Amino acid sequence: MGFKIERIPAPLWTRPLIPIAAILLTFLLTATLILLVKANPLEAYYYFLIDPLSSRVSAIEVLVKATPLLLTGAAVTFAFVGGYWNIGVEGQLYAGATAATAIGVQMQNVSPWLAIPLMLAGGFVAGMLWALVPALMKVKLAIDEVVTTLLLNSVALFMVSALLNGPWRNPISQWPQSPDIAATAIFPKLIPRSRLHLGFILALVIIVILWFVLTKTAFGLKMRAVGLSPHAAQFAGINVQRTMLISALVSGGIGGVAGVSEVAGIHYHLIDAISPGYGYTGIIIATLGTLNAWGVALAALFIGLIDTGAQTVSRALGVPTYLGDVIQAALLLVTLGMLLLQRYRITRTRSKP
Amino acid sequence: MTDVAFVTFLVGLLGATLRVATPLLFATIGELYTERSGVLNLGIEGIMFLGAFAGFAIAAKSAEAGLAGYLWLGLGGAIGIGLIMGLLMAFFSVTLGVNQHVAGLGITLLSTGLALFGFRMIFGQSSVLPSIEPFTQFSIFGDLPILGPIFEQYLLTYLAFIVLLPLAWWLLYRTSFGLELRSVGENPEAADAAGVNVFRVRYITLALGGALMAIGGAFLSLAQLGAFSPGIIAGRGWVCIALVIFAKWDPIRAMWGALLFGGVFALQLRLQLLDLVDIPFEFFLALPYLVTIAALALAGRNVAYPGAYLKAYRRE
Repeated sequence: MGFKIERIPAPLWTRPLIPIAAILLTFLLTATLILLVKANPLEAYYYFLIDPLSSRVSAIEVLVKATPLLLTGAAVTFAFVGGYWNIGVEGQLYAGATAATAIGVQMQNVSPWLAIPLMLAGGFVAGMLWALVPALMKVKLAIDEVVTTLLLNSVALFMVSALLNGPWRNPISQWPQSPDIAATAIFPKLIPRSRLHLGFILALVIIVILWFVLTKTAFGLKMRAVGLSPHAAQFAGINVQRTMLISALVSGGIGGVAGVSEVAGIHYHLIDAISPGYGYTGIIIATLGTLNAWGVALAALFIGLIDTGAQTVSRALGVPTYLGDVIQAALLLVTLGMLLLQRYRITRTRSKP
Repeated sequence: MTDVAFVTFLVGLLGATLRVATPLLFATIGELYTERSGVLNLGIEGIMFLGAFAGFAIAAKSAEAGLAGYLWLGLGGAIGIGLIMGLLMAFFSVTLGVNQHVAGLGITLLSTGLALFGFRMIFGQSSVLPSIEPFTQFSIFGDLPILGPIFEQYLLTYLAFIVLLPLAWWLLYRTSFGLELRSVGENPEAADAAGVNVFRVRYITLALGGALMAIGGAFLSLAQLGAFSPGIIAGRGWVCIALVIFAKWDPIRAMWGALLFGGVFALQLRLQLLDLVDIPFEFFLALPYLVTIAALALAGRNVAYPGAYLKAYRRE
């Protein structure tokens, strides 16, 4: 009896196991850092994973932290499934946040039933527009979108910074920030005296739509075909350019909504640190969630837990909060490596006589 | 402005241009090499950051221990960590062959997290940023009248323009390693058939590139600032990604790109102080990105990406 590794897809039931194995391996690797600051890794992981869920306040905070991540994770997934490598969700988020602020401050004495949909629509369109140029360059001129979308992230940051230091500067504040949006434009709270807001429900709705579009519609099938092989899709009669353009733009739009949600749900005004890299974290979440809507939802909640836990573990054990960032980055790399295992199957072979 | 004042302004500007261009030139050459071998390394932003941190931390601790060559120890440490991160990128993009852009971003996020974690662990959370006595500037021409300030530079700036750049050009275009590197980036199948070890060449190139990126970062902490702060790189790695494309993957053009950006950056700092123009300074900072995107759009289908750009190589 022996074993043989073959290059054929692993059985379907192993799929959910890969992210779980990746999480375990990541914790094993990052334990060395925890030992370095002379803390007990098991105790640290208790504060990371269990303690935030043990109180109502911090459990709600996990959902608050997961809200922008559900949205950016969905945005990245929508593009990646369609074979469009949108690295620009961070910039699209800033574009959406900018539009939300521009509309939100004008909404004095306007019903929330009008103000909130207007901001959402504005943010979606702004995100789409921010994604438009690289997407057109990709489908019309075959120019690689990875670099163009990435570079526009920095441009978006400079644009917001220029607005906040110039025309939008709130004279009352000593920090560069815009005036507050109108009270009617603020997302209602889901639970009184917490930070959990309408954006969380919106994010869940978008996850369900993502699942529906990717698995139940003809367009989702086209997207997956283009993502797997543009040439084969073309051969099968799919309009590759149109499909890719739509995935890119909708992805940008969802990224824009993430910006709206942060402005209208958390900050109520625009600051240049509106996102500590949610767009990039979205790439971690899409990868960890294996580009599957439910996987993305679970991954966003898990990263939200890690973000909350990083603060708990810092307070309790004095481990720098940046450990959370290291865990997330390591998780991305480990998952990326382990996903390759999907392509292989270990089979038993009868040893030759 | 009088003529004398204008000359002083111009000389100061040129000197500053060279200083701003130095870290960009190191890292851009590093990225240019990795891309010519067929690997886009988006780890550049993080590797520069980690290089700046490692260089500073090692230098600060060595200075505390009373070692005279503490700055060189710091630089050596930065090079070491750059090599390691370059090799890690090689493991993912060459050995495992996963998506280069996602792996590269992973390297950036990991390097950034590690540097911030290490900074907090070693230096704690104090309100005063720790600092060291940095590299000093000198002029190879001694006290030159009028033009003196242009040549008043750090040793690393001299190394970047007089040693690194010609060496990078010569290695790429005039040596058998350079030929192998370019062939691996253009057509790995053909290179392999001709007996070139594709994996080995890419590993060496990525390690070398990582080291150069880390030196670029360490220049900021060990020479220009003598300190480390979370905002020390502030997107310079992404500028280098833009410069490589702007330079059409050629070292000499990369130098012109770095100087152009250095000049615009130094100029906007001065204009900001003079309060002469009403354009927000962020516009100038965004300029290299916008120019690169515009250049790509204009070149259109004629953009000469390295043939195997973004493609992992698999021996069938």
